Amino acid sequence: MAAGTHYLPGLTPTNEAPVQKSDDAAGFYQLGEKLVDEKAPTGPIAERWTTRKFENRLVNPANRRKLSIIIVGTGLAGGAAAATLGEAGYNVKSFCYQDSPRRAHSIAAQGGINAAKNYKEDGDSTYRLFYDTVKGGDYRARESNVYRLAEVSANIIDQCVAQGVPFAREYGGLLDNRSFGGVQVSRTFYARGQTGQQLLLGAYQAMERQVAAGTVEQFTRHEMLELIVVDGKARGIVARDMVTGAIETHLADVVVLASGGYGNVFYLSTNAMGSNVTAAWRAHRKGAYMANPCYTQIHPTCIPVTGSHQSKLTLMSESLRNDGRIWVPKNAADCDKDPREIPEEDRDYFLERIYPSFGNLVPRDIASRAAKYMCDEGRGVGPQVAEVGADGEERLVRRGVYLDFKDAIARLGEDAVREKYDNLFDMYERITGENPYQVPMRIYPAVHYVMGGLWVDYELQSNIEGLFVAGEANFSDHGANRLGASALMQGLADGYFVLPNTIREYLADGPFEPVSESHPAVVEALESVQERVNKFMSVNGTRSVESYHKELGSIMWEYCGMERTEEGLKTAIQKIRDLRADFWKNVKVLGSADSLNQDLEKAGRVADFLELGELMCIDALNRRESCGGHFRAESQTEDGEALRHDDEFAYVAAWEWGGDSNEGGQPVLHKEDLIYTAIEMKQRSYK
Amino acid sequence: MAVSGLLFIAFVLGHMYGNLKAFSGEESFNEYAHHLRELGEPMLPHEGFLWIMRVGLIVALLAHVGAAVALWKRAAKARPVKYVAKKNVGSSLSSRTMRWGGLTLLAFVVWHLLNFTIVKINPSNGETGGENPYALLVETFDLWWMTIIYLVAMLALAFHLHHGTFSSLQTLGLTNSAASRARARAAGWVVAIVIAGGFSLVPLSVLVGIIEK
Amino acid sequence: MKLTLKIWRQAGPTAEGAIKTYELDGVSKDMSFLEMLDLLNEQLVTQGEEPVAFDSDCREGICGMCSLMINGQAHGPEVTTTCQLHMRSFNDGDTITIEPWRAEPFPVLKDLIVDRSAFDRIIQAGGYISANTGSAPEANSVPAPRDKAMRAFNVATCIGCGACVAACPNGSASLFMGAKITHLGELPQGQPERWSRVVDMVGQHDAEGFGGCTNIGECAAACPKEIPLDVISQLNKDLRTALKNGH
Repeated sequence: MAAGTHYLPGLTPTNEAPVQKSDDAAGFYQLGEKLVDEKAPTGPIAERWTTRKFENRLVNPANRRKLSIIIVGTGLAGGAAAATLGEAGYNVKSFCYQDSPRRAHSIAAQGGINAAKNYKEDGDSTYRLFYDTVKGGDYRARESNVYRLAEVSANIIDQCVAQGVPFAREYGGLLDNRSFGGVQVSRTFYARGQTGQQLLLGAYQAMERQVAAGTVEQFTRHEMLELIVVDGKARGIVARDMVTGAIETHLADVVVLASGGYGNVFYLSTNAMGSNVTAAWRAHRKGAYMANPCYTQIHPTCIPVTGSHQSKLTLMSESLRNDGRIWVPKNAADCDKDPREIPEEDRDYFLERIYPSFGNLVPRDIASRAAKYMCDEGRGVGPQVAEVGADGEERLVRRGVYLDFKDAIARLGEDAVREKYDNLFDMYERITGENPYQVPMRIYPAVHYVMGGLWVDYELQSNIEGLFVAGEANFSDHGANRLGASALMQGLADGYFVLPNTIREYLADGPFEPVSESHPAVVEALESVQERVNKFMSVNGTRSVESYHKELGSIMWEYCGMERTEEGLKTAIQKIRDLRADFWKNVKVLGSADSLNQDLEKAGRVADFLELGELMCIDALNRRESCGGHFRAESQTEDGEALRHDDEFAYVAAWEWGGDSNEGGQPVLHKEDLIYTAIEMKQRSYK
Repeated sequence: MAVSGLLFIAFVLGHMYGNLKAFSGEESFNEYAHHLRELGEPMLPHEGFLWIMRVGLIVALLAHVGAAVALWKRAAKARPVKYVAKKNVGSSLSSRTMRWGGLTLLAFVVWHLLNFTIVKINPSNGETGGENPYALLVETFDLWWMTIIYLVAMLALAFHLHHGTFSSLQTLGLTNSAASRARARAAGWVVAIVIAGGFSLVPLSVLVGIIEK
Repeated sequence: MKLTLKIWRQAGPTAEGAIKTYELDGVSKDMSFLEMLDLLNEQLVTQGEEPVAFDSDCREGICGMCSLMINGQAHGPEVTTTCQLHMRSFNDGDTITIEPWRAEPFPVLKDLIVDRSAFDRIIQAGGYISANTGSAPEANSVPAPRDKAMRAFNVATCIGCGACVAACPNGSASLFMGAKITHLGELPQGQPERWSRVVDMVGQHDAEGFGGCTNIGECAAACPKEIPLDVISQLNKDLRTALKNGH
């Protein structure tokens, strides 16, 4: 019980530290020392955050303007942090690759944001939100972090309402709530199907207010390409001005990465075209640990792929599952029929059948996998799409299941359904050309969110001093699976309430010794970026960057997607290594480096994805258990449910960069045991 | 722009009413024209009311033209490079012709004043300074081309009023809902048809001989 | 489908630009407009010609990054964003002219990409409610009438794409501005700064070099989020009230 006692003196752990027996990834990694979160709080769970906020030192307002903070990313986490730290009086430099901070991909989140307000008096509480989130994450998240998240959730709603976020309201003028996938209380606040947009605009406006006040300086169309580490501390970044091509160094006392997730490693995902891992990956290569990279969330309600031209997938809020019923034909012979002509008795409402108590509202990973199995069985619907199977053979498969609103329209009337979902229905019709009020929608899972990310301690600081990571870019709060309406909650919790309270403990040591532009570490970072850019421009091969990205994506989706196997992952690792080697020999980037060059931008991102993809496969290979979004075919119950192995894998896998594997490098695995005191681990069941 | 425009609407409405006096015959029309000069007496000096009107209209005109020129300049500066292809899908023809239509009206007003107010040029014989407004009216519109000029100007006026009425209400912030916007649009139609139609009745009637000496 | 594309190419902010014509075959009706351009770019890269630069990010109609004047219409013939426009809206053999947004405050950076930072500066001038983190009262302590909250939401859906400016013959950003002023002005939280907000935002708008509004209505017709023209009326009303009150 060594690990347990270290974390939580005086409290009784409910589980033993894990001892891994299997070693599927042997030969692909090295085992490093165990990792301990030195900043983990102690005491009763409900008091940990309050105590920490009190214990963390303060920074005198007069000293704040002497301290500078770089924030990369302007989504909910980055934007909220920039606004809040600017308000506090620090010097903030904010970076984003888009042309305006308002366009960060948080804007695309549709469904809502959870908060333990218990406005519906339906038994919700901070503890229940905490419990649901830990359980939903399949007991692979840190309990202290999650509890803190649940605790500040209510403040987020207050803050956003004060900023003018137009949440849905009831006739009395008070805030409305709805229930969301995976939970049985109504705690989700929403702004029709555009909650992310409204929350982001709130954060953006707060940040722009600070720009006007002079505390925040914004750098748009700038991409971070390197982290500057001086004497073991993060002291700045190297960024490329995407308009002029200038490679610039920006120095500060502390660096915050809020650069989002890396779902685009799959090429097709619901992420924005520009979403990338580069900022996080550059930090990883500088020593920051990447934690649980294999935890990927596959969202069940996306619009299916129509052909090879597809550039991205579009998600439709899973709030649709509140009223829509998911089904496939019972007989494969009916799959190409008009769904309206398939009689009720020939329809298989498979989620309601398999999971009678949660039905269509089971968590995302379960809904997604069930849909995949239906299609694997040959009962999918929609157009036949060519795909290469794990056996390497090409085949035609229908990848889609119906999401039917016929009953909801009959029960509530078309107008009520329209009021709830009109923008989603319109979007669906625009993309598919079909009217979902008349014909059932077709949906299929797609990569949507990554729970993995840079490792951080309780204070959101990575293992590199002075490098903080917030929002989707860190790994901390969702475990192996994220519940619906929790990403917005985490982004804003980190940005508005957590980071500002933890970063001051670090900054209280300041003012720090200034770093000069000519410091060897700064020059080295700058030169390495220039060298890399020159390399892209000079390979002058024959294949487009895009084609590499597409090929990497199809490898990842096939072998490291909804279902993963030992054999498949090993195949994938080899394929990715080969592809990466070819990339550096054969990629073709046109144009010049000293002007706006979208191909060059993309080349850098794809190069990093080619390294990340391999690490994801190694992580997935090592974790011979099924948990949340990570499903290993070797670890399932007799009836095909995910089977966790808490005795072996109740740990955070934090990977240290060990060099490019094509040059003999191997990542180093550091395990951080997950010990619970406030909650007991249970096998998840939604039956 | 909106306020001066609304003043013009009020003015042309009154002006049109006066013109319709032509249907009541020479005496009545001339008496009306004369009475305008005596309006407000003895509180106001002779032609006092008329001068108040004139000064008001000149100020409104300066404001209106000044604002129009400023907007035109800003628009030109805001889009120095034109589109190769540009479609207009949400706007009325009237809204897009405010500037050229406005210039047309300005030119017309100059002639109109020369014709009937300042120099009183009688286009049928070239005489000036006649003292019988009714005769001048009938003799002018007995010329078919004068009627055409007048009708073209009225068409321009109709266009200008159609958008101008709506636009002034919008600029004054009186169209904050879909319903009030629809009402303002309808007002544009009514004002345009009533005023331009009313003005056109007189010259048309002269031309076809309903109004004669 | 086979298409003829006439596309504005411009190497950089100060370079001369011109329309260049391309033939593109193998376009599917299911493609989005931007996927059609992706296809063109893939073809150009193979031929060794630099791909056409254009903005896009979320490709689901919400981030506002994509732009493009397509056959003379901002975001093309449908009421949606360019990324959500699909090729089924076009016919085999069509000629499509693609240009960047044209406005002095939106300078072209390259090909079809423009700089819209003027919009950020308009927001900086007052498009916010001042509420420092941590200072907020309990969310339900201030009820907001549902109809007002609905109107606020409906206009808050503005994505800041700039189509209103692109479509406006005057190059005015009044719809963009009006949407924010109406959004914040309809909510109880937005009242304290209501009058200074409108004056400051309009001042910044004019300083950026946008044109004046003549209520033509092209903006609302081009708006992919269907922001109605009445937000401009609201803007005017608020401005009138503000000036009357000495702001």
